[in-house]
Amino acid sequence: MTIEKNASTSKTDIMEGMVEINENHDFQLPIICDVDTLRMLIRKEGVRVVDVRKTEEYQQEHIPSAVSLPLSRLLEKDTPDSILDILENLGISDKMPVVIYDNTFGALAARVAWSFQYVGHANTAILEMTFSHWKNLGLETESKINSFPTKKHSLNINYRIHADASYVEAAKDQPNTILIDSRERLNFLTEHIPKAKSIPYTMLSSNSSILRSPQDIKRYIENRGIPLDAEIITYCGSVGTLSGLTYYALKLAGVENVKLYSKSFKEWKSLGKSKEEFKDANYWDLSAD
Amino acid sequence: MADYSVKTAENTDSIQKGVCPPKPNPKWGREEESELFAQNVKHFRQKKLSEDDFRRFRLQHGAYGSRLQMNYSMIRIKVPSGEVNPEQLEKIASLSEAFSIGSAHVSTRQNIQLHWVQLEDVSEVMTGLVEVGLTTREACGNTVRNVMCSHFAGVCPDEKFDATPYAKAIARFFIRNPMCQNLPRKFKINFGCCANHGLAQIADIGLVPEIKDETRGFKIYLGGGLGAASFIGHLVEDFTPENRLLPTCMATIRLFDRHGNRENMARNRMRYLVHEIGWDKFQKLILRERSIVEMTTAIYTSSLFDVKAEEEKGPPPKTGNAKIVKLPMLNERVTLESPAYERWLHSNVISQKQDGYFTAFITLAAGDITANQLRILADAIRKYSAEGTARNTPQQNFAIRYVKADDLPDFYGRLASIGLANPGALTIASAVGCSGTTSCNLAITNSHRLAKEIEYEFLELGLDTDDSLRDSTIKISGCPNSCGQHEIATIGFFGGASRIGTTMAPTYTMLFGGSAAEKSELGKAIMRVPAKRVIDTIRKIIEIYKQERSDSEPLNQWINRIVSGEGTGNVRNIENMKAALTQAMQILPVDQDPELYSDYGNDSRFSAKTARGECAA
Repeated sequence: MTIEKNASTSKTDIMEGMVEINENHDFQLPIICDVDTLRMLIRKEGVRVVDVRKTEEYQQEHIPSAVSLPLSRLLEKDTPDSILDILENLGISDKMPVVIYDNTFGALAARVAWSFQYVGHANTAILEMTFSHWKNLGLETESKINSFPTKKHSLNINYRIHADASYVEAAKDQPNTILIDSRERLNFLTEHIPKAKSIPYTMLSSNSSILRSPQDIKRYIENRGIPLDAEIITYCGSVGTLSGLTYYALKLAGVENVKLYSKSFKEWKSLGKSKEEFKDANYWDLSAD
Repeated sequence: MADYSVKTAENTDSIQKGVCPPKPNPKWGREEESELFAQNVKHFRQKKLSEDDFRRFRLQHGAYGSRLQMNYSMIRIKVPSGEVNPEQLEKIASLSEAFSIGSAHVSTRQNIQLHWVQLEDVSEVMTGLVEVGLTTREACGNTVRNVMCSHFAGVCPDEKFDATPYAKAIARFFIRNPMCQNLPRKFKINFGCCANHGLAQIADIGLVPEIKDETRGFKIYLGGGLGAASFIGHLVEDFTPENRLLPTCMATIRLFDRHGNRENMARNRMRYLVHEIGWDKFQKLILRERSIVEMTTAIYTSSLFDVKAEEEKGPPPKTGNAKIVKLPMLNERVTLESPAYERWLHSNVISQKQDGYFTAFITLAAGDITANQLRILADAIRKYSAEGTARNTPQQNFAIRYVKADDLPDFYGRLASIGLANPGALTIASAVGCSGTTSCNLAITNSHRLAKEIEYEFLELGLDTDDSLRDSTIKISGCPNSCGQHEIATIGFFGGASRIGTTMAPTYTMLFGGSAAEKSELGKAIMRVPAKRVIDTIRKIIEIYKQERSDSEPLNQWINRIVSGEGTGNVRNIENMKAALTQAMQILPVDQDPELYSDYGNDSRFSAKTARGECAA
């Protein structure tokens, strides 16, 4: 299906009929926000759209009404207080729907979305597609720099979705806790946290969406013998972007208890913690890159 | 979630410009087999299925255990006759990204392999393959493996007719056929196109098209094959008419099934049976068995061998403008200084029997290609090949056929944009290497990387521009089993471990004088060479050859003379050659040259590690 520029018919109208939004922003977003919902929310001015690409890219062109938050700015401090400041400066109040997008197959958006939810902004979703995809569909964009009056946001840290190194260390001996490594296969084979299972982020996306259907993802998990009621901790190479995407994939598949080890394998290694590796095979020499 | 499919400007453009409509789905795969695979993985994990039963099932469905890690698989995608269409290449690209390592690998038997796929994801890959008509069914295991066909079939100026539909019809007849689901060992069928191309003499059944009294038929060779012990196939009879093709193949498989060795795994390929009972007797048995097959096969059964159904439906591509076929670079000399395009034309493009059309080869390093490269290649095939498909080759490259002369520069540009326009595909630079220690349980050395290193080095040196080396080949296996086909190389190598002084080192046994096609010769073992001295040794051989050759004699012919002891000058025979090479090869103790004692891709000290082979489960 293709959407014409400025289309104001069909699916969007039906959505408008179904969903009531009021000034109090009590529209509750799903985990992944589809294009029609976002366009409807933008028209109703009932959403804060956050563009996490580089500043220059934002300045050139972005989704209407979007504000700019390059991932690097969030990672400068990456503390609950600094994230709260960011929310307030972007004019995001406690219940306002926030939709985040990137141009990096959803991984950067996922990391920012997770951070927002970590400090207590539950009403956060990632857009189902990248900016390039949005543009290829011919959907509306603008280049004006948006800013909004500062809003007050309360701090309500959601400890249930975060894991640090010591938590991971303790958890890897818990029978009902599963570690998932989101890096590509060759990186996983080279070294990984002991007992981790490999689900490369490359398994998660489809041609049309940053995440495959919940059924597909659920099947991948179940095929690996991971029960949906397990506690799952995701990690990746350095700052929790790829594993951020996995976090949302698992959520989408219906796993309740998911945590992100946001400092990931980079920190794990720097702490000198134990690793597992596949020796005795020269798998890197198969790569044609 | 809304489902929006992306149509980029580029995609639309290529489909419109495509010279050939999309190919019909060849339907090699079956959806229910992926479901069964997923089910059996679960049963195996739950210990409801024994390890041996599961292994047998897994191999029958094309998933081979990865090196020392049985939780990972190498998935072998069968490509009957090597014919693979753009949609299939694109699917392989996305499957390799999602479930494998982001690269695919062209094998020496026209399979395409995906490595290090988690066992639990194999069924996902299989499901994806079925969508585009591909299968992994019987790609491994004791059954009829991928049916090969010369990649020149249909375009070769010397062929009697196009063997491709016959190869596909034979593949179609035997896949899932109850008569070959549990053979004593694997069984290989190769079709050639003419006396000079294809691998007909190193297969259990090898076939070369022939015409007699205006009747189509084949020269059929039986009992050939490479391995720890190799044999050249025997000609069954001067001419086997087309209508006896199927009975001859069925008779051979029936005999093998009945008499093949099921006890000794190391000697249970059909070539050992032929060797043990003697060709004369085997030949008589085959001819008698064929009469029985012909008298007892139901018409229904014979009708399942349907060559017509495998023929191209549309008319053959129209001949291009025959007046403009002059491509001097194909025949004239090029040098290292020649423009890259001319160098590529010279070593990667040949003319076809169809005037105005050319076949262009994609040089891959030991058969590896990235997902992105596959996508661009698929796009280029749609745009520039009038038959709209590619063939993969036993030299681990792709052949793109039916390209018009005036499209070659654009085609080249497209390939160059993604690193697929290396020269040397048809020259000594295109070294073959099996997967070796990158993924195989049996491998002792990293043959895969060595083949790549040779290719990089030889292209760097411009050896692809040296026409006297053009028809020589280098092929490398990581163990004595011959997946790298080292025995049919001009200079072949197979990996092993040897003690140098008191230290173990990765070494290769070097063989001279092998050749393929209908006058196959098996290479003769010359000497062992440390892995890290292989490249220097080949260069030294070339240096000696340049000094010693007579006139314009090419390298492969000169090497044949050395093997038969008929050389002239200072290096006349194998003994002279060994002496000259040993002298040039500096071997220092491990403390003075530790690198010599390590293999490519390993910093640490070499130790030979292997596990049970899976071919013969």
